[in-house]
Amino acid sequence: MTTATPTVAVGTQQTEGTPTTTAGRVRKRLNSRTATLVSIVIALVWTIPTFGLFVSSLRPEDEIKTTGWWTAFTNPQFTFENYQQVLFGRSSSSGQLASYFINSLAITIPSVLFPLAFASLAAYALAWINFRGRDWLYIGIFALQIVPLQMALVPLLKFFSTGVTLGGVTLMPAWDLVDEQKFAQVWFAHTCFALPFAVFLLHNFISQLPGDLMEAARVDGATHPKIFRTIVLPLITPALAAFGIFQFLWVWNDLLVALIFAGGGNETAPLTVRLAEMAGTRGNEWQRLTAGAFVSIVVPLVVFLSLQRFFVRGLLAGSVKG
Amino acid sequence: MEFDFADEQPKLLMLMYGLVAFVLVVGGLLLLLDAVPAWFARRREAQLVAASASGAPLPRRTRPREGIFAFFFLLPTLLLLTIGLVVPAIRTLLLSLMNRTSTEWVGLDNFGWMFSDDSIVRVLINTLVWVLLVPLVATGFGLIYAVLVDKARFEAVAKSLIFLPMAISFVGASIIWKFIYAYRGDGDQIGLLNQIVVSLGGEPKQWLLESPLNTLLLIVIMIWIQAGFAMVVLSAAIKAIPGDIVEAARLDGVSPWQMFWQITLPSIRPALIVVVVTLTIATLKVFDIVRTSTNGNYDTSVIANEMYNQAFRYGENGRGSALAVFLFILVIPVVIYQIRNLRQQREGR
Repeated sequence: MTTATPTVAVGTQQTEGTPTTTAGRVRKRLNSRTATLVSIVIALVWTIPTFGLFVSSLRPEDEIKTTGWWTAFTNPQFTFENYQQVLFGRSSSSGQLASYFINSLAITIPSVLFPLAFASLAAYALAWINFRGRDWLYIGIFALQIVPLQMALVPLLKFFSTGVTLGGVTLMPAWDLVDEQKFAQVWFAHTCFALPFAVFLLHNFISQLPGDLMEAARVDGATHPKIFRTIVLPLITPALAAFGIFQFLWVWNDLLVALIFAGGGNETAPLTVRLAEMAGTRGNEWQRLTAGAFVSIVVPLVVFLSLQRFFVRGLLAGSVKG
Repeated sequence: MEFDFADEQPKLLMLMYGLVAFVLVVGGLLLLLDAVPAWFARRREAQLVAASASGAPLPRRTRPREGIFAFFFLLPTLLLLTIGLVVPAIRTLLLSLMNRTSTEWVGLDNFGWMFSDDSIVRVLINTLVWVLLVPLVATGFGLIYAVLVDKARFEAVAKSLIFLPMAISFVGASIIWKFIYAYRGDGDQIGLLNQIVVSLGGEPKQWLLESPLNTLLLIVIMIWIQAGFAMVVLSAAIKAIPGDIVEAARLDGVSPWQMFWQITLPSIRPALIVVVVTLTIATLKVFDIVRTSTNGNYDTSVIANEMYNQAFRYGENGRGSALAVFLFILVIPVVIYQIRNLRQQREGR
C-alpha cells in the first residue's frame, strides 16, 4: 500500500533540472517539497504498526479486545496491568516472561562473546601470520557462509544427545544436559553458526591495518600474541562493536536455533520461543501478546538505537550473513 | 503468585559458568601463546651462553615458528567449524539419501517425494513467490526511498524510522502484523486492516486464512523488516557517487529522471546486486514469520518451515534433510552469480 506513492513522487521530478525562470525554480522547490512530504508520510506509515502495538500494550484488556487502538486517543485509558501480568504473573497462561527474559540474556551474552574472541584470533592469523595454505583456508571459511544452518541442525542435535562413536569407540560421550545446562548447547550452536561471517567481517578490517605498524612491532621483538593484544585489538574496536551488535540482534531475535537446542520450557527457552508459542496457542489474548512482544523488542531497540552507527558500518563492510 | 527471583538463580549461575569458561579459554590461549615462546627464547639464550662459554660453534639460528602461532590462533575456530558445520552438513547430505530413521539407503526417494507430494509442491511454490517478491519489492522500495530522502533536512530521522524494524525480531514483527490483520466478527474491528476495509464499505475478513492472499500478507512483514536494510546500503552507495560526475551531468542539463537512470543506477549497480543477493538468501531461509503467524497452515508453509516440521516434529530425518539440502542447492546459483559479478567488477577497474 505504501509502494505506490513514491513512484508518483519520482515521476513529478521529471521537470527540467536547471530552472532558469522563476516559475521553474518555484516548480522545482514544489517538487522537492512533494518528495519531502511523501517521504515523511512513508516514514510514518512504516512506524504505525509498531506504534499501534505499543499503544495497545498499555490499554486495559477489555478495551484491547473490543475496540481498535486508535480509539485510545479519543477515549484514553492506560494501565501497566498487562506488563505486570505478562512479566510476573504465575499462572501458566500469563506468560511468565520475566523468566524467559533472563533466559534470553543468558543465551545471548556468551553467544556474542565466544564467536567474537575466536573469530578475531582467527582473522588475525589469516591476515598477518605467514603459513602455507593460508589463502585456501580463508577461502574455505569464507565459503562456509553459504551453508544454510538448516544443513547442520539434525546431526548437531544428534551430536549433543548421543555423542560421537567411531567404530565402537566412544570419542565423546553424550552431553546429557538438563534444564539450564542446555544453555551450553545453544551457545555452542550459535558460536559455530556465527564464525564464518565473523571471520569474514573481522578479516576485512584486520587485513587493512597498515603493514608498517606490524613490521615495526616485529622489529621491536613483539610476538604475535603481543601484537594481537596491544596493537590489533584496540584498533579494531569499531569492527568488534559492529559484529557484536550484529550477533547480539541475531541471537536475541533468533527462533529456529533456540527452538531446537534450548527446548520449550521456562528453564531455557528465550523470549522468542515463548512468544511464538503464545501467538499460536493464545492468539486472541492480545493484552498479553502486545505487552509480551514489546518486552522482547525493547532491548534490541535500545541497543540498536544507541549503537546504530557501528551497526550500519558493519552492514556496509560485509553483507552476507550465512 | 508473585515472580520468585530465587528460581532464576541456577540460570544466572550457568551464565556465570559460561563467562568463566570464556575467560579461561580465551585468556588461557593467549597466556599459553605468550608463555611458550618466552620459554623457547630463554632456552635459546641458555644455549647461546653455553655455546659461547665452551667455545663451540654457535647453534644455527632457528627461524621463528610462525606456523605454531597460526595453528593455535586458528584452533578454536577450525575445531568449532568442523564439529558444528562441516561434519553436520556432510551428514545431512548422507541422511537425505536415507529413510526416516536413517537405517537404510533409499537413493533419491526423498527428493522424489518432495516433487510429487502436493502439499510439498505447494511449499515450493510458496517459497518461489517469497523469493521473487521480497528482494524485488524491498530493494525497489529501499532505492526509491534512498533517492527521495537524499539530502533532505530530516534525513537521519526518516532513515532511522524505516530502518527500525531491522532491530525487531521476526517473531515480534509477526505479532505486530498479526494484530493489524486481526479479525472480529461483530462490533468494532481491532485490526487496522479490517478497520480500513470496513470504513471503505467492505466486509471484514480473516486475512490469514485466505489462500493465496495470506502468503502475500506474510511477505509484507518480511518487506517491512528488510526494506530498511536495502535503503541504508543503497543510500550509502548513492552518497559515494563522485560529486564531479553529478555536477558535470547537471551542467549538461540532464533532467532528474535521466540522472537517476543514467548516472545513479549504473553507479550503484554493485551495491544493488549485493542487496538483492543478500535478501534473496535471507528470504530462502525464512522460517520465523511463517511459524509465528500461521504455523505453516492454510497453505502458507515454506521450505525452512517444512524442514523443521519434517525433521523435528514428525521425526522424518530423511525428508527433513532432503529439504535442507534442497535449500542449500537453491542458494548456490545465487552465490555463484554474486562471485561472477565481483570478478567482473575487479576486471573492469
